[in-house]
Amino acid sequence: MNRFDYVRPATVREAVAAAAEPGAAYLAAGTNLLDLMKGGVSAPTRLVDVTHLPDLDRIETLPDGGVRIGALVRNADLAHDHDFARRFPAVAETLLSGASAQLRNAATVGGNLVQRTRCAYFYDPASACNKRAPGAGCDARGGDNRLHAILGWSPSCIATHPSDFCVALAALDAVVEIEGKSGPREVALELFHLLPGDTPDHETVLAPGEMIVAVRLPAQAAQFAAHARYLKVRDRTSYAFALVSATAALRLDGDVIVEARLALGGVAAKPWRARKAEQLLRGARADAAAFARAAEAALVDAKPSGDNAFKIELARRVIVRALTLAAAGTPDRLPALPGSPFAVTSGVSVHV
Amino acid sequence: MGLSTTLTINGVARTIALDDPRVTLLDLLRERLDLTGTKKGCDRGHCGACTVIVDGRRINSCLALAMSLDGAEVLTIEGVAQGGRLHPVQEAFIAHDGLQCGYCTPGQIMSAVGLIDEGQAGDDPERVRECMSGNLCRCGAYQGITAAVLDATRAIAAAQRKEVA
Repeated sequence: MNRFDYVRPATVREAVAAAAEPGAAYLAAGTNLLDLMKGGVSAPTRLVDVTHLPDLDRIETLPDGGVRIGALVRNADLAHDHDFARRFPAVAETLLSGASAQLRNAATVGGNLVQRTRCAYFYDPASACNKRAPGAGCDARGGDNRLHAILGWSPSCIATHPSDFCVALAALDAVVEIEGKSGPREVALELFHLLPGDTPDHETVLAPGEMIVAVRLPAQAAQFAAHARYLKVRDRTSYAFALVSATAALRLDGDVIVEARLALGGVAAKPWRARKAEQLLRGARADAAAFARAAEAALVDAKPSGDNAFKIELARRVIVRALTLAAAGTPDRLPALPGSPFAVTSGVSVHV
Repeated sequence: MGLSTTLTINGVARTIALDDPRVTLLDLLRERLDLTGTKKGCDRGHCGACTVIVDGRRINSCLALAMSLDGAEVLTIEGVAQGGRLHPVQEAFIAHDGLQCGYCTPGQIMSAVGLIDEGQAGDDPERVRECMSGNLCRCGAYQGITAAVLDATRAIAAAQRKEVA
């Protein structure tokens, strides 16, 4: 790990000023950043420790029924917040399907959004990586790339975004609250992460020094609570990143879909909202044929980026299964293996 | 700039001067405070051998800077036995052979103490396995570990019922 200056600001304003210096990085739990620094992948010259800032660790219900989640709320605290999990069960399921209990106890909401890809070539300083060293090339192309992107990738980068949480946030129209030198601003989560194009080192819309202070979910997102699931297929049932995952959320009138939400994880450099599929589902009967049409539409632009064509068919099947689970109803209690296809509870009763 | 961090470790408050902000909680415990019960496995947050409890939550001490934890309460494997009496989780690991070489055991035990306190797994073996998945055991003592966690969960619940009564 490189040497760095350690700064502990007392206010968000001080933090933003301290982080605007070139080479600075924010430190929250550090569960991703310290790992990257130990591997020589990231080498910030200044760490701005935001963990002692006041008021950023709250989960607040807003007057309009939305919820505002402070950037320092720990993943486990959010997932186990009874009221939050009741209203946004698919979000809780994404959080509990990710990482390990120790990491969920430490990792923060803000940090989750800005975690880096798990591409092995990004993590290996001896490999060429355009994300780590712009212009260096991409050893993942033609390398071991069965886990890599099938949507939105470019010749310069085929990495995926590893977050589970962001998949549900994208599906449910979450908004990111940002503080910067020029004041506060907001960005839809769906637009927060960038596709690689020719600049895969630019991963989010954050300008240098800008800081995430909160994530908001609108009140409408709670209307899916009775039919909202996360399905995450991975090489290992627990403590593994997604090969392909999906958040599916439905509003039903009898067996007719009034409104559908669908987003995919593990397929692109950002959580992938499948809006065409949502449109096809609206007004359709919630049955296997409609789910299959939605799955086709969601993957119509997919292309293998290497030895990963299987992920396209896998994604179709994950979508159909996630929609089937959502239609069956959110279980009263999350299954023992959250997000797992091996979980036995498939919607025994409705949540609300 | 002189750096220092104040931590309450196993009930004892101490202010520790640091010459380098890179020191993790794990390295602080092992290299500077001679609390070597907490083990360094991967040092990257993958294996769980370094698990300790900070402010009531189990975390990977290899991924936490000692400076950042200023003001925190830390419980390590050295602090779980009370007055020479083993913690129920320690007793259960012995009773169920929840170890072979023992290197991952302090992390397993701290993780189990945290898990039981979290109260999410109850007596469901599948939930216990899922909630212990952040602790690897290269010897493969998982059967004994799961049995020990379930047994300790019951023992602690029974002791709490007795206390209330």
